Order: sequence, then structure tokens, then C-alpha cells
Amino acid sequence: MKTFHIGGVHPAENKLSAASPIKTAAIPKQAVFSMFQHIGAPAVPVVKKGDEVKVGTLLGEAGKGLSVPVFSSVSGKVNKVDAVLDSSGTRRMAVVVDVEGDEWEESIDRSDKLVTMKDLGGITAEEVVNRIKAAGIVGMGGATFPTGVKLLPPPGTKAEAIIVNAVECEPYLTADHRLMLEKPEQILVGIQLIKHAVNCPRAFIGIEMNKPDAIKLLTDLLKEKAAQYPGIEVVPLKVKYPQGGEKQLIDAVIGRQVPAPPALPINVGAIVQNVGTVYAIYEAVTKRKPLIERIITVTGKSVKNPSNFLARIGTPMQQLIDEAGGLPEDTGKIIGGGPMMGRALMSLEVPVTKGSSGLLLMTEKESRRGEVSPCIRCAKCVSACPMGLEPYLLASYTRLKDWDGCEKNDVTSCIECGSCAFTCPSNRPLLDNIRVAKQTVMGIIKARHMESISKK
Amino acid sequence: MNVILIAVIVLGSIGLVAALILFLAGKKFAVHEDERIGKVAEVLPQANCGGCGFPGCSGFAGACVKAADKGSLEGLLCPVGGQPVMEQVADILGMKAEASAPKVAVVRCNGTCESRPRIAEFDGAQSCRVQQMLGSGETACAYGCLGCGDCVAACQFDAIRMNPETGLPEVDEEKCTACGACSKACPRGVIEIRLKGLKNRRVVVLCNNKDKGAQTRKACSVGCIACQKCVKVCKFEAITVDANLAYIDAEKCKLCRKCEDECPQNAIHAFNFPPRKPKVEAPAAPAQS
Amino acid sequence: MKPIISLSPHVHGGDSVQKNMYGVCIALIPALVASIVFFGLGAAIVMATSVVACVFFEWAITRFILGRKQLTICDGSAVLTGLLLGFNLPSNLPLWIIIIGALVAIGIGKLTFGGLGTNPFNPALVGRVFLLISFPVQMTSWPVSGQMGYVDVETAATPLAIMKNAIKTGDASLLNDLPSSLDMLLGQTGGSLGEVSAICLLIGCIFMLCRKIITWHIPVSILGTVFVLAGLFHLIDPSYADPTQVILSGGLMLGACFMATDYVTSPMTAKGQLIYGVAIGVLTVLIRDFGSYPEGMSFAILIMNGFTPLINTYVKPKRFGEVKK
Repeated sequence: MKTFHIGGVHPAENKLSAASPIKTAAIPKQAVFSMFQHIGAPAVPVVKKGDEVKVGTLLGEAGKGLSVPVFSSVSGKVNKVDAVLDSSGTRRMAVVVDVEGDEWEESIDRSDKLVTMKDLGGITAEEVVNRIKAAGIVGMGGATFPTGVKLLPPPGTKAEAIIVNAVECEPYLTADHRLMLEKPEQILVGIQLIKHAVNCPRAFIGIEMNKPDAIKLLTDLLKEKAAQYPGIEVVPLKVKYPQGGEKQLIDAVIGRQVPAPPALPINVGAIVQNVGTVYAIYEAVTKRKPLIERIITVTGKSVKNPSNFLARIGTPMQQLIDEAGGLPEDTGKIIGGGPMMGRALMSLEVPVTKGSSGLLLMTEKESRRGEVSPCIRCAKCVSACPMGLEPYLLASYTRLKDWDGCEKNDVTSCIECGSCAFTCPSNRPLLDNIRVAKQTVMGIIKARHMESISKK
Repeated sequence: MNVILIAVIVLGSIGLVAALILFLAGKKFAVHEDERIGKVAEVLPQANCGGCGFPGCSGFAGACVKAADKGSLEGLLCPVGGQPVMEQVADILGMKAEASAPKVAVVRCNGTCESRPRIAEFDGAQSCRVQQMLGSGETACAYGCLGCGDCVAACQFDAIRMNPETGLPEVDEEKCTACGACSKACPRGVIEIRLKGLKNRRVVVLCNNKDKGAQTRKACSVGCIACQKCVKVCKFEAITVDANLAYIDAEKCKLCRKCEDECPQNAIHAFNFPPRKPKVEAPAAPAQS
Repeated sequence: MKPIISLSPHVHGGDSVQKNMYGVCIALIPALVASIVFFGLGAAIVMATSVVACVFFEWAITRFILGRKQLTICDGSAVLTGLLLGFNLPSNLPLWIIIIGALVAIGIGKLTFGGLGTNPFNPALVGRVFLLISFPVQMTSWPVSGQMGYVDVETAATPLAIMKNAIKTGDASLLNDLPSSLDMLLGQTGGSLGEVSAICLLIGCIFMLCRKIITWHIPVSILGTVFVLAGLFHLIDPSYADPTQVILSGGLMLGACFMATDYVTSPMTAKGQLIYGVAIGVLTVLIRDFGSYPEGMSFAILIMNGFTPLINTYVKPKRFGEVKK
């Protein structure tokens, strides 16, 4: 059974919504489109108050540098273009649209018919990437890195393996699982488009063993239509967190370890894409549909109907909670994402964004951290860390403000997976401290870099 | 007896040889340092707080000597020792001391637990830098004091303490040396190192909120809403409003306190003034008999 | 509602300090039962005194000398130190010596450094070695297995003493006086309370491995090194005992599985733990064979405890994606 080689933990899976088919969520009455839904420069609004928009209308064009455009997922009138509270807990620029009807831009093909590579004729790799860029697609596993950029390997690198991340190692989340069960062939076409875009013959779909139905479905489909979808292999993986981490996935599937930053996966010949992103790529290239909706799991032990919704981007979370049976009385934490790496939200009014893979309503009892004890030097955090770091040491150096010590002990390699704090018997806030160190050290490195540039 | 003698001679010789080696090594590997650096370092407070911007007091001493050779001590100040120490340093180096006005740390936030309601509960490492990563924190104000005490932990002079009732830090002006450690520790820049002012009096806008006025009022009942009334009433043009926040220039402020009265939010505070005499009402007209 | 906010992760694996400390205590139950089976009343009295004294001193010193309000006796570490200290003592040790041992173990070995997690040396061993050096006569007269009383018990040479004698005189025939390996495995032999029954200790060790309280690196490296080194010496000169008997004798099993694996005083990386274990093995054999004490385990562990910070500084775990320069 393939798996990554260093560290890892086993949180309880709690896949409460695994058997729940995808439900289309109702169109909201008001949709909020943040300009900050991706890594990089924010999008720049191109509409103003009072403008009429349709589904697929450009609301914000890509900013300077690393950026992507933002499109409307509803039709109606722009209410305001203002700083609004979003999942970051701060107010940031967004376009707010009052919804009227459900009119779509004519350029979008709304049919459900499967479109294959053959149907696309001789589409060039460049055109594939352009359509992806134009659709504003970003990594939908939660990282939200602009996909168009990822599919342009820098000079000197070559893509040797496309790895589709269908691992979904976070407890509670089942969006990717349901997508594989309900749209398998579209995903295969999407993979082919990516292979074509970067001229890479081999692709792997990494799936954890807790999704045997998806593994079987895709494996059988690939066997049945081997001639149509060559060079794609399903790789079942051992259930271990954080198998879905990009670097850990590459290690498990092709046995190569990406070196510390600034190295990237493409430096070992790998390009990793979340399966939700692959589906969005399919829709963007074959149907000219921009990224305007996504599957989001709404779940929690006290939630009446844990569900997987196909929701329009911009839908307020409150609405999805209502559709899932309402906010449970004993809710303590509202988590955007999964329990290991998700963000605790301050309000239910935040909107669904391109990276919102899940909404977890955690009960009050589960939400509070245990009492902190002194470090007993059990080294369980060291065994758990998938990057081979020493969390106890980094946390100590942070408390002593020894940034040099942090840098020398590779704090910048930390992927913030949370395995260390999950394991610690003394309930120490290891990752809280390590994040402070990471932030500070990266600032120091940047300042050093700027100084050396200015000296030249 | 012989045994004792042998032991004494052997150990004594080892000691002498070792001492000789150390002496020669000390001479051969001696680091030559300008003796003025040592003299200057002696008069410094030895707090090694870094408030001067140099690594420790010896670092500052080295910088002073270098600057003296260049001709002027301008820009160099030990905030802990202040003017008297700088005069001593200038004396040793044969230079004139630069005059500088004393400064103090000011916490520019008055969002107490009462005025700034909590809308979330923070659970985790008790550090402002950690809470800062969670957006606006426990209240709706993304610029105000977080109350976890990173400033208190940073202070080496025990000059800042957290008030448990208000949830805000309070500066002890006697102990504060304006070294700047608390200001650097605050992830939101709430603490400012300001001029102490004439007779230690100053007027400060106790708010750091750069949201639009309507938002600020929702988050805190004493936040600056940038209504500009203070700007209009100030005869000395000491107040500017930038990014929805008013700021009083300490050099232009003449301590007239008109802005403090004018502010509808009570966001402006005057420090160390004597209590105001209550206004004397004109006696009521006697009832006509 | 007022949502609770914190940085991720928002779940915890459920492990706690208590689970680990009491887990080790549970692992020691077979050995505790064996000690009472073989040493009767004496064992019960010594173990009870040791545990009660350790818990008492932890409470008293933390409360009155360190002035801390929070109770630390519930986390299980004082109980564990009491059990391990007791296992290092003979069944006829006078009460006042046990109490002094507990005071040194907890007071000096643990609390002077700041309490749980801060001590550089294993507290139970600090206590044991202190007693050994201060009261050599009482600490080296070992009751024979089967002596159920507390005072007035028959003492005899332990297997280690026999081995030491054989090495000193160079007479391999003296080794015939050793109990059989089976006896040493089960516990039909003289020695301290905890060290006699190797099989009970092994059962406890396997329990801890299954519960993921310890990892295999330290016990295996210590036992392996001792076996290989003792085997080498035995091949060269038969007056050195057979390696199987060496492994089963003295405090080796107790030390390898329970004392050297103490979290606070052992290295933090797998590689570091292997180096630590091998060094302890080498030191134990050297002290046993060439030193003046018959038992070298306690000293070997304490010496290597001193090296643990050095090992932690220089032995780093393999970083993900490490590029060999």
C-alpha cells in the first residue's frame, strides 16, 4: 500500500456525508464576490453600483502579477463594491450583487452532454491553458493557487507526472468523493486536457482507501475505456493524514520528495491538481464555463442533514446551514474547511469562495482545547511531523524569539498540517507558535533578499 | 610525607604551566579594541534593551565612537539613560551632546471590554501575534488592542501592565524609557512612542481604527469615526485625518484641549492635566415674592 | 452565538500526560505482581513506601517550597517515579532509607530543575544511585527469591555478583553457580524488586509498544548491543558469562525497557535514540566487566542522560526532501 514515508497521524474520519449525493443549493438572494479568493494579487473590480450582470459576467479582472479574474455566479444588479467581512476575519474588497432571476451569459454551454477530447478537435495546448486562465480557475482543494500558472512549467523544468489529488484526507469532508462518484468520466476528460496542456503522457489519480467505491468506479471505467483514456492510473493510498498534502502525495505516488522552498513540485517533474479543479478545468475548456460554482460539504456531529451542496460562489454560509437543517444549538466553532487545517470563522455571513471545500459546525464540547501542561519531551510531535521537523524545538525557539534558530531548523518547510498539535499529550499550542516563527522568518528572509538586490 | 610532597610538586607544576600557557595565549590572541569604547560603555545603563537600535550597550558604545570620529553624535540616543547619559558620552569623546526631547509609550486604544463588545471567543496560545492571525480577533475592530499582553512581556522595565478590568495595557510613565520594545511587539501598531510633552502633558487620539466611521461605531463606542470636527476646531492645524483616523501632531499641539471637548466619540484624551474646575452656574434668579 | 476562534488544528488525538504515565504504571503491574510473589511482605512494604513517599514529597515541595498552587500529583509522574525507584531497591531496605531515596529522587532529581519535563537526569535513578553510594551495605545485600519476610531475610550473591567474581578470578567454572536462564527469566533469582522477573518486564514492554507509549529503538538497541558485546567477550574468554544470561541478569531488562525510555531524559529523534541505546549498552558491559560495581546499568543510563542534550543538538531527523550536499 503506497503512502508517504515520514510522519503522519490518524484523526477520526467522521465522513458523515459520504453517502449523501450532491444537492444543488438554492440560488441566494444576495451574493458576495470577494476579490481575494486566490493566492496572489487581488482581482480589480470592473463593475460599479447599479450595473446589470448575468451568470458568467466578469466582475473583477486579474490584478497585476500573480492573479485571476472573478466572475458572477448569479444574475441581477450590483448592490455595492466595498470592503466586506470575509473568511479572513477582516474587511476586504468585494462585489455584492442583488440577485434577480438566473440568466446566463450566452457564451456558456449549459448542456450536460459529455464532451471528449475528440469532440474538441485539434485544440492546442496553449488554447487549453488560455481557457483555464480566462475562467479564473484556482486550486480548489483550498490552496487557491492560480491553475493557469501551475500549468505553465518554468523554463528548465518538465512535467513527468500529473497527479490528481482525490485523497481528501481531512476528516468530515466528502465533496471530492461525491464528485468522483457522480462525474467520473468528466474528470477523466479533464485529466486528458491537463496532460495535453503540459505535454505529459502519464497521469495518476491518488485516492485514499476509505473511498473503495470511488476507487472501484474509476478503475473499472479506465479498464473499460482504456483506449479512450490511455496513460491514466488509479493509485489507492493508505489512509493517513496528511496524505492529501501536495508534497506527501508526490512522495507516495511517484516516490520523489520535493526539496525545501524555494523548490516546487515541478522541480521533481510533478504537477498536482485537486480533483475538483480538474472538473472545473473540464467545464472551462469544453463548456466555456468560468469558475462560478463548487461542491461544498456542510457537516458536523449535530447537523441534521450533513450534505454535499453544489453551491454558487458567493452564497452566504448561513443559507447552506439552513438547507442542511439549521444551525445546531450546541455549535461552538464554525470552521471553513476541515478540522485539521480549516479556518475558524467569526460569522456565518461570510460567502462561499473558490476555495471553500467544507463548512464544519463543531459542537461546543469538541471545540475547546484541553489544558496546557509542560512539555514532557515525549518526541511524539517529532514522529508525527510529515516534513521531518522538530515542532517542540521550533515552538521553544519562538517563545525565546530566536529567529536564527528557527531558520536553521527549517521552519519555512512547515506545511502547517497540524499533526504536531494533534498529537501532543500536553495540549501545547505548537502550531500557533510555529506560525508566528514562520511569518517572522519569512519576513527576515524577504528583507535580506531585498537588501542584497538593492546592494547590487 | 614523600607522597604528599610529590603530589604538591606535580600539581603545582601543572598549575604553573597551565597559567603560563593561558598568559601567553592571552597576549598572542588579544583583540585590540579602541579603549574609548570601553570608557563609553561604562557610563551606559547596561540594560542591553536595544532601544538605541544597536545590539546591546557595547554595540551602542562602538557606534558612538565611530560617529565621534566622523564628527557628530547626531541621531544617537540612549533612551534609557536619556540626556544626562548622552552628555557624559559626549564628554568622554570630546564632543557636544545633541539635545533631544523625552518620549513615552502611549497606548492608542480605549476600547475597553465595556465599549468594545466581544463577538467571538479566542482559544489558543495567549499571544497577540497569534490572535492577530485570526482576523479582527475577539471584537469587530481589526485595529484595536488584542489584550493578550505581548507588550507586557516585551517590556524590560516593568513599565507596562495589563489592567484586567478594561482589558487594555497601562503605561507607568515613571518607569517607561521609550525604548520602543512594546511598540515593536504590538502586531497592530497600537502603541506609539510619542513626545512626552510640556510638563509631561499631551493630547492623543486614543484610536487606531482605519475602518469607515459607520463600521467603527458598530465595533466600538469610543472609536474615531473621522468626522473631522477636531480638525475644524484646532487653531494650530495640529490634527490631520488619514485613512478614516485622526492624528494629532505632538510638535504642533499646544495642549488647548478644544479637540477633546469637540469629539462626539470621546476618542481624544488629555494626559496628566489637573482635574478641571466644575463650571460655575449663574445663581438662579430669586423667586419673586 | 459567539463562535470560538482559534488557529488550526481544531481537533486533538486524545493523548494526554496521564494516559502515558498511567500507561507505564499499568505496564509495570506484571513486574509488581512478580515482586510480591517472590519477595512477599518485603516487596509490598518497600513498593508502598516508595510510591507514597514520592507522591507526598512531590505535593509538599511543589506546594510549600516552589509555591505553586496547581496540583501536579495527579499527572501520574510521581507515582511512576515511586514505582521505578521501588523496583531498584532490595526487599529488606529500612523505611527511613526508602524515604530519603524518595526525597532525593523527587526533590533533587526532578523538582530542583523545575518539575515535569525539565529534569536532565532520570529521577528514579538519581535516587537509586544516591542510596547506593550513601548506604552501600544495605543497598547491596540482596534477599534470596522466595524470602517472604521484610526483616531478617536470607541474602545471597546475585547472579551479577557471581559473574563479577568469575571475571575477577578468571575462573569460568564459577559461572556454574548461576541460576538457569529459565529461572532468571521467570524470577527465581536474587536481586532488586523489579529486576528479577525478566518475562514480566518484557510483557510490560510489549504492552507499552502496542499502546504507542514508547518506540522500539531504545530497548532493542540496548539489549542488542549488550548481547553482541557480551557475546564477543564470552567467545574470547569463557570466564565472561554467556550473553543470554547477561541479558537476563541484573537491572538490564528494567533499565532498557522502563528507565532508559523515560521521555524527559532520552533523545528526541529515532536516530538519536539508537545512538543513545548503543552507548548505554557499551557502558553497561564495560562497567559490569571492568568497573568495581557488579551492576553498571544505572550509571550507564545516567551518563547517557547527560549526553542527551548534545545528541538532540547534533542529531536531526531526516528532513523531507533533504538534498545531500
